[in-house]
Amino acid sequence: MQTQIKISNQPLDIQTCIDWVMSPESGGIDVFIGTVRNTTKGKAVLRLEFETYEKMAVTEMDKIAAQAGEKWPVQKLIVHHRTGILKVGEAAVVIAVSAVHRAAAFEACRYMIDTLKQTVPIWKKEVFEDGGVWVAAHP
Amino acid sequence: MKINILAFGIAKDIFGGPSVSVELGNDANVSNLKYALEKEYPKLKQLASYMIAVNNEYALPGDGIHSNDEIAIIPPVSGG
Repeated sequence: MQTQIKISNQPLDIQTCIDWVMSPESGGIDVFIGTVRNTTKGKAVLRLEFETYEKMAVTEMDKIAAQAGEKWPVQKLIVHHRTGILKVGEAAVVIAVSAVHRAAAFEACRYMIDTLKQTVPIWKKEVFEDGGVWVAAHP
Repeated sequence: MKINILAFGIAKDIFGGPSVSVELGNDANVSNLKYALEKEYPKLKQLASYMIAVNNEYALPGDGIHSNDEIAIIPPVSGG
């Protein structure tokens, strides 16, 4: 399995991620794109502010990618995660996975995003008209 | 020994900056560090949870802390 993990403060290029995982041996590519939603619980979201502990975040994403590679026969896996200030509609994360058959690509992609959200040291603040809230910080 | 702790997300707001330093005994572990931090910054106890990372790895309560380690406080993550 080949992997590429990157954190960037520049807009993510979705096509670049898809192109990177394409290979003649692959029969399917699954792509997940996390985007900035305009409301949370009925309140208008102005923007999201992402912060990362970059070195550890890359280490943790490498670990999850390796786990996905052990669980499913994945050919190529890419994760690009954005940091900094994001407007509504922008992509915060792009994950693309290629495999010989689609089931492995679907499952590995889902595992990547689900586990990333639980373990990777990246934080987002939702900014509303009346202030900002760090997501998931309080019970 | 004096330990410097990196802070991110809401922990940065609670500390009022990107890092803080605390004084710990020479044979301190992660539990001792959390106790010292919570004493100084009681708002940490209101968080859903938080972890300590030692040298870029999640640490367990009994793990030792050394003066040259890179220590960070990891409040609940919310990437993606």
